[in-house]
Amino acid sequence: MTDVDHTIVRRQIVVEAPIEQAFTVFTDRFGDFKPAEHNLMASQITETVFEPHVGGHIFDRALDGSECHWARVLAYEPPDRVVFSWDISPYWQIETDPEHTSEVEVRFIAETDQRTRLELEHRNIDRHGPGWEGVRDGVDNDAGWPLYLARYAALLAGV
Amino acid sequence: MVTYEEGDGWAALGDRTRRAIVVSLAERPQSVGELASTLPISRPAVSQHLKVLKNAGLVAEHAAGTRRIYELNTAGVIALHDQLDTFWSRAMSGFRDAVEQPAQEQS
Repeated sequence: MTDVDHTIVRRQIVVEAPIEQAFTVFTDRFGDFKPAEHNLMASQITETVFEPHVGGHIFDRALDGSECHWARVLAYEPPDRVVFSWDISPYWQIETDPEHTSEVEVRFIAETDQRTRLELEHRNIDRHGPGWEGVRDGVDNDAGWPLYLARYAALLAGV
Repeated sequence: MVTYEEGDGWAALGDRTRRAIVVSLAERPQSVGELASTLPISRPAVSQHLKVLKNAGLVAEHAAGTRRIYELNTAGVIALHDQLDTFWSRAMSGFRDAVEQPAQEQS
């Protein structure tokens, strides 16, 4: 565990689909596979929109019409690659300072005509800071330190 | 005197001064003297608070020459990494379901 670089999360998955379809589903239907409870909205979210161009956003739209822009599209190169920022603080609030955001790169590699490997790298996680710089604002929030420390405790307990 | 539970980070951060120490250490690792110079409390008081934070696993210390330097534990980054790792695991398996499902429906 000490050998792991904790500033990077890497995942890869092989899907039985052509590269174009894999790319399209990842961007068009991001909201269909993003864990549903994972949002920052007060009311229920109705959809997640992935704007398909550099400078666009990924945002959740809620039942009441409000929007939560939680990512900026930094690269959009169908069907090979997409990069977006992760503007969500450790306190589950929108991070407005780009210096304190991490980024996600997703690469699509055709293994055959009908099979695609997706490599995902969520990097620079330490730019969020270990959460500490948000202590001033986040410490009294139930989703802040208490959540954090509960997870910390779980880690220590080996859960 | 000891009113917090050993290793309880929540309780350790229930104190305003200790939160101030954590915020200060977030900016850079510091010695007791450096911390005391920016806080309205004495050096022994800073030491006491650091001891609580250390027992809670939030602060680590190391020797630099004759000084002891205090810094935040990296557990925060590890916890965030763990959350994102879980998130992407679930998102990836959801993605596979979504991408392989249309092909089946169209056939």
